[in-house]
This record gives sequence, structure tokens and C-alpha cells, in this order.
Amino acid sequence: MELAVPIIVAIISAATPLLLAASGELVVERAGVLNLGIEGMMLMGAMAGFAVTLLTGSHIAGLAAAAAAGMAMALVFAFLTLTLSANQVASGLALTIFGIGLSALIGSAYVGQPVAALPKLDVAGLSDLPVIGPLLFRHDFLIYFSIAMVPVLWWYLNRTRAGLRLRAVGESAEAAHALGHPVIAIRYGACLFGGLMAGLGGAFLSLSYTPMWAESMTAGRGWIALALVVFAAWRPWRLLVGAYLFGGVGIFQLHAQGAWGLPSELFSMLPYVATILVLTVISAGAARSRTFGAPAALGRPFRPSG
Amino acid sequence: MSSSKIIVPEVSTRGISRRSLLIGAGAAALVLASGSMAFAQDPLKIGFVYVGPIGDHGYSYSHDQARQAVEKEFGDRVKVTFVENVKEGPDSERVIRQLASEGNELIFATSFGFMQPTIRVARQFPKAKFEHATGYMKAPNVGIYNGRFHEGRAVHGTVAGHMSKSGVIGYVASFPIPEVIMGINAFTLAAQKVNPDIKVKVIWLNTWYDPGKEADAAKALIDGGADVIVQHVDSPAAMQVAESRGAYAFGQASDMSRFAPNAHLSAIVYDWGPYYIERVNKVLDGTWEPEDKWWGLKEGLIQISPYNDKVPEDVQQAADAVKNGIIDGSLHPFTGPIKDQKGVERVPAGETISDADLLKIDWLVEGVQS
Repeated sequence: MELAVPIIVAIISAATPLLLAASGELVVERAGVLNLGIEGMMLMGAMAGFAVTLLTGSHIAGLAAAAAAGMAMALVFAFLTLTLSANQVASGLALTIFGIGLSALIGSAYVGQPVAALPKLDVAGLSDLPVIGPLLFRHDFLIYFSIAMVPVLWWYLNRTRAGLRLRAVGESAEAAHALGHPVIAIRYGACLFGGLMAGLGGAFLSLSYTPMWAESMTAGRGWIALALVVFAAWRPWRLLVGAYLFGGVGIFQLHAQGAWGLPSELFSMLPYVATILVLTVISAGAARSRTFGAPAALGRPFRPSG
Repeated sequence: MSSSKIIVPEVSTRGISRRSLLIGAGAAALVLASGSMAFAQDPLKIGFVYVGPIGDHGYSYSHDQARQAVEKEFGDRVKVTFVENVKEGPDSERVIRQLASEGNELIFATSFGFMQPTIRVARQFPKAKFEHATGYMKAPNVGIYNGRFHEGRAVHGTVAGHMSKSGVIGYVASFPIPEVIMGINAFTLAAQKVNPDIKVKVIWLNTWYDPGKEADAAKALIDGGADVIVQHVDSPAAMQVAESRGAYAFGQASDMSRFAPNAHLSAIVYDWGPYYIERVNKVLDGTWEPEDKWWGLKEGLIQISPYNDKVPEDVQQAADAVKNGIIDGSLHPFTGPIKDQKGVERVPAGETISDADLLKIDWLVEGVQS
């Protein structure tokens, strides 16, 4: 089937921004912090990445700027919720609204300008192979990076001392604190990583997916990334599956439209129906076993005593 | 000095969330209310409600250009506020009510989904005047206006019929509402006049604005064999895909050639300025009445942006002939015989579809695949 290759390539693109942003949020939530500001951080990343690439002509500078912008946003959130112990849900929502507005304000100068897309990998011989070339050897850096981060995160969370500490903080901040772990510092680090990944997710949109800057161009992907973390039960490998499943259904429905004479609205809701279905199945299974997988201290502020 | 100098909404509120905008506008209204007593002639307060961001370079952008034209034309005699990114449905009712309660006497609600909210708010503010774009519900203080977008589609369909080699044209569409269906039909009929075998594949996105999805749809259409992309969504994403894939494309709402210098053949450009200026004039001189205006190529509300050099001279002439025919009334984009997708004849030979029937059209013509 000759259509299969372009469909899979499109699915990879559609899944990448979700995977990047959700990977960051997964770490944030494993540390016990709920940051609802992904959309805002992504938009700031998208805008900063685009603007800096446009001004300097360097994609590396653009990606660095996107990561920095996401981290700067995350720092605001971390300061509010970790240092000042503000409510995480309210602060996260505020961060999203703030990010939408600020990115639109600063980005207004860059609307309507084209920029060169992130360069694709080009390995002599390999990239030109039929089927395998476009599937494996013709993507840009962020796509490889997003996939590579999955095993890295798994390893970090499950096989390293630092990962164990992070999970301990997310399960019981008090216990981790009693053991002498710097709860607030670890959570700061997690938040910054979340911002970095969300910023890169946004940059993927403005530098690769649709190489342009437009206000609110994330169009709700930050929220989907948030849902994917739950969907994945806070596990990196499941996150990979979830992001590709969600991206896949979204692309599939475009190709399937009109195929069986079904109304287009039905296809448009498919990705969301799939999400609900899988969530239902997972949580039903989880209820029978032990836990749903949510970090026990998720969303609970911690104030060190003494 | 006019009180309108106290705050300039465009500078102070641009791009900020509409909540803070409304708070800002509310504060401005207070300042204006106290400050304006000394002046005999208060400016006419006008509100605009947009469905997308003004930076979408598409539909909302075109309305915002027209808003700026109103400000330029009337200067201190008007005080204009706009709210962007307003979701269709209940949220828009809140925004429209807020604008009305802040004393805006003329409110332009510029998207289809603002229709019922506009009607409801209009009932509560009988003194304010409302103008709703692209809908069909009128009220004693609600006029409606629309553009004959499909006239531009007929011109582009003519070009596409000549330019498509594969005979398959991809149409990235938003919602299956009359405005969009009309455009698809006019485009298809015009293309079929050039090449009777042409097929138009439609992908419905059920959103007006999601650059990523728009790009995905364009990719899917090109993968499915389309070599010309048309869009009835708001961002230039589909144009970029066409450019990178070597297909041709038609932009909508504003000239999008910057995003696709090779692919972009032409765009339909909306110029709402003259209409808005006329309506504001009517409010200022007290002759405003709710009307039902449907302007097109003839009135200049719909314009065809310059053709790409890739469009051969004779094709440009054929397209211009269609354009001029529509302008002088000798050509109607919907002239029978027209069959629907099932092959049932909907319009007998020689007859045309009335405006009233067009505005509630819910069937696609033969040759459209969706």
C-alpha cells in the first residue's frame, strides 16, 4: 500500500509535539507537581523558537531559545507554587492564559513571516531507500530526540538514584524531606525540565510541523499532552504508545473521511473517543490490580517544616 | 481633545486575553463616562467580535483590517473596541453582552456561530445595533451581512480546472455549513466547466483554526492524488504543505503567497472595509436599519488577489471572463443543470439557484467526494 508510508510519516509529525510536551509533564507530575500551564509554555516556546530562528537564521539558537522560554515560564510557575505555595491548579491555568497572551503580544511582530523548516536528516544511501528511508532516516532532530527521551526517562525514573529520589518526592514529600532530600529543589528541577520539553514541543510546531508563527497555534495540544500523561499512567513507554495512538487516529480520520459514507463529525471525534476508551480500559484494569499509577502527592503543596 | 485619546485599545490590549481586555475596556468605559461629560459630541462606540486571533492572516485578520479602515475613516468620531479569539456559542454571548453593556452602540459579530448569542443579547439591549456576519437570523436591531465568497471560488475553480493535471483537487474545509458548501459547489462546477472529469476531494476538519490539522489535511489530500489544494479554513498551513509538496494552492481571506511563493496561485481576499464604513455612516446619520446585505465581487467585498506567474495568460483571461461575467450579471455561478452527489438533478437546465435557497444549501454537487 503506497499510502501507508506518507500516513505513517504524518502520524510521526502529529505525535511528536504531544510526546515532547507530555514527556516533560510526566516528570513534573512524578515529582508531585501538577502543572496545567503546558499550553502556555508550548506557545512561548513556539514563539521564541520561531522568532530567534528568524532573527539569527540559526535553528540551534531557535531551539535553545524555545527551551529557555519554556523554562522561564516554568520558573514563574515553580516560584508561585513551590516557593510561595500557591495553588497548583490555579497557577497552572493562569500560566496557560498568560502564555497565550504574552506569546501573542511579543509574537505579533513575526506573524505572517515564513521561516526555513528544521533540516531533515540526510544520510547518504539510507535516506533515499524506499519505505525505510522516509520512515526512519528523513526526520528532523526533534523527532529523534522525542523518541530517544522515552527510554532515557524510563531509565532515569526506574534505574537511577536521582529518579528514585524524584519519585519519592512525588509519592510523599514529607517522607522524602525527613530523609533529607531537598524536596523543593527537586521539584524546581522537574518543573524546569517540564518547561524545557514543552518549549521544544512548541518549537516543533512553529519550526517543523507548520513552519510559521501564528497566535494560539498549539490549538489545544498542551491539554492533550496533559491528558496523555494520565492515559499513560505516568509511565514513559505508555506515553509513547499514547502519543502515537492519538496522533495516528487523528491522521487516520482525515484519510478515512468519506470512505464509508459516515458523517465527518464522527471522524473528528475519533481521537477523543479512543482516548476515553483506553482510559476506561486502563482504569478498569488498574482498579482490579493496585493503583491507577498517580503519584500520591500529586498536586499537594509542600512546605518544609524546620 | 477627544476622550478617545485616553485609551487606545489596539495598543494597550492587543493580544492579551479577552478577560483582561474586558476589564481594561470596562475601566476605560468608566474613565470615558466621567471624562466625556464636558464634550458635546461623544464618539460612537463600536465593538467587533472575532472568532480567531487577528494574527491568523485569514478571516479574522480581514475583519480587523476593516476595523482599522473604520478608525482611519472616522477618527475621533468613533471609539472602537475589539475582542479576538472568542469561542462560538455561550462564551460569545458573554462577550457580546459585555460589549453591549459597556455602551457600544454598534456591534459587529463576525462569525456564523455568534448568531444566536447575538440575537439573544440584542433582545436585552434594544437600543444598541447589531450586525451579524454570515448568518440568517434577523431582529429589529440585528442586521445581517455576508460575502459572496462562492463568487471567488467560481473564479478559482476555473483556474484549477486548467491547472490540475491529475484531475483531483483537494479541499480543506471547516464545517459543513451553507457558506462552505456553497464555496465547494461553486468551485467544483467552475472546474468541471473546464474539465468535466475533475473530482474534488473534501476533508472536513470541524474547526476554523488549527494550523497543524490544516497541514495534516492538505498532506492527506496530496497523498490521495490531489495536485491542487483549496482551503476554507483560516491559517496558511495548507499553503505551506502545497509548497513543500510541489502542488498548487488557493489561499483564502487574505493573500497568502508569502507562505507559498510557488504553490500559491491566487487567493480570495475579503475587504469588509467599505461595508463597515457604510454601516457606521448610517448609524452616525441616524438612518441605520437592519438589513440583509450580501456583497460580492461587484461591490468589491470579494476580491481576487493577483495570479501567480505560473498561471498562463489564457487561463488568467478565462478566469477574468468568469469574474467579469459575475460582476456584470451575465454569469451565475449556479446555473443548471446541476446534479447532486447522488446524481439527482437539483437545478434544471437554464435555471439558477435563488439567494434564499443558496443560503440554506446542504447538498454537494456531483463530482465532490466527501
